[in-house]
Amino acid sequence: MPWRLLKYGLQSGHHEPRFFPESKPLKSHYDVVIIGGGGHGMACAYYLAKEHGITNVAVLEQGYIGGGNTGRNTTIVRSNYLTPEGVKFYDASVKLFEDLADDFDLNIFYSTRGHFTLAHTDSALRTMRWRAEVNKHYGIDSEVVDRQIIAQEVPYMDLDCAGHSPVMGALYHAPGAVARHDAVAWGYARGAYQRGVEIHQKTRVTAIRTQGGRVVGVDTDRGPIQCQKVISMVAGSTPRITEMLGLRTPIEIFPLQACVSEPVKPFMDTIVVSGSLHVYVSQSSRGELVMGASVDPSVLHSTRSSFDFVEGLADKMLDLFPFMSRMKVMRQWAGMSDITPDFAPIMGKTPVEGFYLDAGWGTWGFKATPISGKTMAWTVANDQMHELIQPFRYSRFADFDLVGEKGAASVGH
Amino acid sequence: MKLFDCPVIGRRPISEFDYFGEVRRPPVQADGSVAPDVWSDFVFNRAGAPGVLREWWYHRPTGRWYVMERDTLKDEVLRFIDIQEVRYELPA
Ligand SMILES: Cc1cc2nc3c(=O)[nH]c(=O)nc-3n(C[C@H](O)[C@H](O)[C@H](O)COP(=O)(O)OP(=O)(O)OC[C@H]3O[C@@H](n4cnc5c(N)ncnc54)[C@H](O)[C@@H]3O)c2cc1C
Repeated sequence: MPWRLLKYGLQSGHHEPRFFPESKPLKSHYDVVIIGGGGHGMACAYYLAKEHGITNVAVLEQGYIGGGNTGRNTTIVRSNYLTPEGVKFYDASVKLFEDLADDFDLNIFYSTRGHFTLAHTDSALRTMRWRAEVNKHYGIDSEVVDRQIIAQEVPYMDLDCAGHSPVMGALYHAPGAVARHDAVAWGYARGAYQRGVEIHQKTRVTAIRTQGGRVVGVDTDRGPIQCQKVISMVAGSTPRITEMLGLRTPIEIFPLQACVSEPVKPFMDTIVVSGSLHVYVSQSSRGELVMGASVDPSVLHSTRSSFDFVEGLADKMLDLFPFMSRMKVMRQWAGMSDITPDFAPIMGKTPVEGFYLDAGWGTWGFKATPISGKTMAWTVANDQMHELIQPFRYSRFADFDLVGEKGAASVGH
Repeated sequence: MKLFDCPVIGRRPISEFDYFGEVRRPPVQADGSVAPDVWSDFVFNRAGAPGVLREWWYHRPTGRWYVMERDTLKDEVLRFIDIQEVRYELPA
């Protein structure tokens, strides 16, 4: 053992550097208030400070940093979407992710795995070909692969699913990755804090005040704040915030559940998704199998987890990986997903001047954390929609101009 | 497992039901004069905040439709609604 470490260990009073300071009183005015201290809120604060020099910013979080969907997600990062708008946007995010650890000087455990979306039917395979072509057109590494390659790359999988629904092929996306969700939120938060942003945990926004159609401030459970710009980045709580302003949106909240198994030796270094069976799995760096499905069947504003979920998941998962019948589920949980009809987000300016929305992230928004922070910060700083998020504008529903992403987003988060 | 106390078929597991969302009335008019923004609001927008919703549920085994009033924060069915209550006439 190095001598210095031993000496340090024997000392009393170890000075652990804190990521964030103790909370302090709220100021009466900020230039920008961000509601929601998840990954998106922290990333937006970070880029506002770093790229636009806007530092009189408060992030208000009703609970703790990353305690919403960010800390509950299964961290799949990929860009193999279906629409050109989606592909360009998520590709920009993957590129930011790849440099994030350097940017933060913090290990975010970014691990490129390769991502298989299995097709069990002709029509699923057709969608995979479509996605592969759109992806390749935009320079993204995706291709349709046959059973032989899948068998090589994903050992122990029963490609015939016990005869129920044999795998016919898959969309393979080499850049598919996983990362450590807390580290992403914390890295952004620390970077924002170091540049002067205030982060207030246990601070809930209870109302948004407007005058003549524009934002003038927010009320919180710790008192009122004046501000001209408010950004809502609250995922599953979005309808509660938009209701404060009487803004109508297509967002509905459905619980999304996930679970992890007991840890086992590493045997799977890829991410496997089956759209037809509605399940997906990857193995974490601790050896646990991280597993999930699609959203619960009905609207619910709750993070309760259910037996129905694990039972339904196990039923399908055992078709793919029969040996899992001997494994135990360690933990299960749920988050509240803000789902839109076209499975694309709603971003940018709204009819209320000074109120910006970053929502509709449903089951797929973790991978967008860097790029939504960056494009939302740009949009707020310039009061003008960033070109990458123009297709995701609030008014697209009134324009009947949707971004149909369901074929690439509903199960493979 | 979650159970519904259905007035017609008794206590049934929720997994036997399919969910079809909020009961809503289309803004149809006899002369067809519905403004595009009224249509888009009807087609896309929803009452997304927590509260009491009237929703369609379909019982697969018996092929029957039901309307229930449900608290979407607590996930409690408050009552089964007589279809007559949500009935409306389409303009001729
Ligand atoms: C089980 C599960 C698995 C998922 N898997 C993936 C995946 O593999 N890949 C992927 O890309 N995405 C995935 N997602 C989706 C992803 O987690 C979210 O889209 C993303 O994390 C949203 O981040 P956010 O920062 O916008 O929201 P959140 O992390 O939810 O943060 C919002 C914050 O706002 C706070 N808040 C709410 N209301 C108020 C208020 N009134 N005042 C103050 N604060 C408030 C909340 O406390 C919360 O902390 C998954 C989600 C779930 C639930």
